[in-house]
Amino acid sequence: MKKLFKNAFIIDPSNDLAGKYDLLLDADKIVAIKKEINQEGCMIIDLKGKILLPGLIDMHTHLREPGFEEKETIKTGCEAAAAGGFTTIACMPNTNPVADNQATIEYIKARAKEAVVNVIPIGSITKGSSGKELAEIGFLSEAGVKAISDDGNPVMNSEIMRRAMEYASSFSLPVISHCEDKNLAGDGVMHEGYYSTILGLKGIPAAAEEVMIARDIILAEMTGAHLHIAHLSTARGVELLRDAKKRGLKITAEVTPHHLLLTDQKVKGYNPDTKVNPPLRSDRDRKALCKGLKDGIINVIATDHAPHTYEDKLGEYDLASFGISGLETALSLLYDNFIDKNVFTWEELLDFMAYGPAEILGIKHGGLKKGSTADITVFDPDISWKVSKEKMKSRGKNTPFANNVLQGRVVLTVVKGNIVYNNMNGEARILYDN
Amino acid sequence: MPLKRKDLLGLYIISGAEIKEILDTSEAMKEIFTRSVKKIPTLRGKTIVNLFFEPSTRTKSSFDLAAKRLSADVMSISKSTSSVMKGETLLDTAKTLEVMGADVVVIRHSIPGAAEFLANNIRASVLNAGDGAHAHPTQALLDLYTIREKKGKIKGLKVLIIGDIAHSRVARSNIWGLLKMGAEVRVAGPATLLPLEIEKMGVKRYTDLDKALEGIDVINILRIQLERQARGLFPSINEYRHFYGINQERINNDDILVMHPGPMNRGVEIESAVADGNSSVITEQVTNGVAVRMALLYLLVGRNNEDEKIV
Ligand SMILES: [Zn+2]
Repeated sequence: MKKLFKNAFIIDPSNDLAGKYDLLLDADKIVAIKKEINQEGCMIIDLKGKILLPGLIDMHTHLREPGFEEKETIKTGCEAAAAGGFTTIACMPNTNPVADNQATIEYIKARAKEAVVNVIPIGSITKGSSGKELAEIGFLSEAGVKAISDDGNPVMNSEIMRRAMEYASSFSLPVISHCEDKNLAGDGVMHEGYYSTILGLKGIPAAAEEVMIARDIILAEMTGAHLHIAHLSTARGVELLRDAKKRGLKITAEVTPHHLLLTDQKVKGYNPDTKVNPPLRSDRDRKALCKGLKDGIINVIATDHAPHTYEDKLGEYDLASFGISGLETALSLLYDNFIDKNVFTWEELLDFMAYGPAEILGIKHGGLKKGSTADITVFDPDISWKVSKEKMKSRGKNTPFANNVLQGRVVLTVVKGNIVYNNMNGEARILYDN
Repeated sequence: MPLKRKDLLGLYIISGAEIKEILDTSEAMKEIFTRSVKKIPTLRGKTIVNLFFEPSTRTKSSFDLAAKRLSADVMSISKSTSSVMKGETLLDTAKTLEVMGADVVVIRHSIPGAAEFLANNIRASVLNAGDGAHAHPTQALLDLYTIREKKGKIKGLKVLIIGDIAHSRVARSNIWGLLKMGAEVRVAGPATLLPLEIEKMGVKRYTDLDKALEGIDVINILRIQLERQARGLFPSINEYRHFYGINQERINNDDILVMHPGPMNRGVEIESAVADGNSSVITEQVTNGVAVRMALLYLLVGRNNEDEKIV
């Protein structure tokens, strides 16, 4: 049945939309966007007071399958994505086995067919992500990966990184770098600074990230490859990128909502839900990241969704796993803290969370126009809600934002014309067949 | 007056007035040592559990003795941290202690924050006996007690802590306690053993020992873990001794109170002549440790029965 969305406030800068419109879907396509559409025999959904956006893309998630299904599966990760308003997510290859081969990519794609949102697999740079030998990057590309990354680990060997960049360029794949000098990071568990000093926890210096960013920029300049810096977290990192961009290099970067919002002060109290890699940095870093986004130095906001089991995140800080389950809170956090406070506009946010990631991954995002695939996110700015671990769709309930009251919430997620998430009446339901 | 808090996790959260209260109570406890029967019935029927995930004969026996002098039932549980792979172990232990009706749990653990984690998951009072590089409040309190006993005051004194500040819970707790009691605190050591942004705590930072020693009243010498050399934090023991070892020449002033939390590496961070010299109070620190721990156990259990008095 055709679906007719009435009275929505539609925002899509790439199609010059910012105002009240009706939008009509037929099967998986958008067939009309007009000031007023009246048609019989449709499912009519009144979106008065709500904001309708082109579907969001998260280019950095960990779906844990295959190998760590107790933390998350492709199915549950996609449910979390739908609840967060994401219609497409890219998943990192640090599974078990590592996604360094076509068979694993095919497996992920097969599982993703049953899931509620689109999944784009990322292949590894090196075999087993061990940083020693190049993975079969060409075959990975043929299997459909849109980028390569050893995320979770850096490629410590500069020679291997150079060759990876050179080789990946022939397949037009961006190389997503997890920038961390392992020796400098040591067995640190939080940002090295005043708070690590008083808490007695081992620190990860900002320099551990910055020296690798500097190295990768130099290698990107040498090879001409497209380098994408994952989860940028430091002020000096922003400056290194600013300089590299000035010289016209093909370098992009992403930042996470938690690095934009939280600092190492949050580690006080030793809540393992604040343990993340890269760690929550100083307030100076946090401010520089916000400014970097505003200035266009940072292109993308990605969640680095890293779900873990209850046990993984229980007890002593040193022993807990790194990572935050981020898909379900991202948009509300960004709306509440940035859009509602006039720091970013919706237009900017769509660049960070839809068009930016699509361009980096080389996938088409038609946005909201006649003939485009109907991937849509509907957001209600009037709902205020309390983040509850129990109610999370992700298997990973590890969020430092638990019990925060946030303004604005996703109420509808539409993937290929199907409503996959419906929270219009507060039931927050995932829908598999419609 | 019992402590106004359930737990004693560190001196960073405690007020100067509370510290004074603890030191005054310790004084009353120390008086008991001079009696022929060194035992009072104050905590009869109370259960104190010593939960040691990290071996420490000195601290553990000090707590044992303190609890016994107060007539409490003492139970000791030792576990090696290496066998603790996940937080659930500590949580399970907490639940067990809860069932056993522990009144105070004394915890020593190699991971910072372990005491706080336990405190958040158990009704019993938790007394932090050292958690990683984070806090060691009883050691700091006995140091404060010793300084006050010997110098008559803490306020206005210049106190130097020397050595591996980066990995030392003793240093951190001493810094908080000394600052709250109005002392000037200096830290000194090789730059690799001084943690980042330590000045923000309110201390002066020195890498030149002779400058750090100028005009000081108290020196607290920390034990050097010899394995730090293997990790490249300083080049050799010889070099450490030369630049940061405390010898008679460096502190040829009997008014400087010499302290060391022990155990000492004689001939490394401290020369024997200093350790055994006139201004050394190292053995008295051990005695005072028992008094301070008695005071804390009393004050923590006392939160439940305010009418009970010492004597
Ligand atoms: Zn990463």
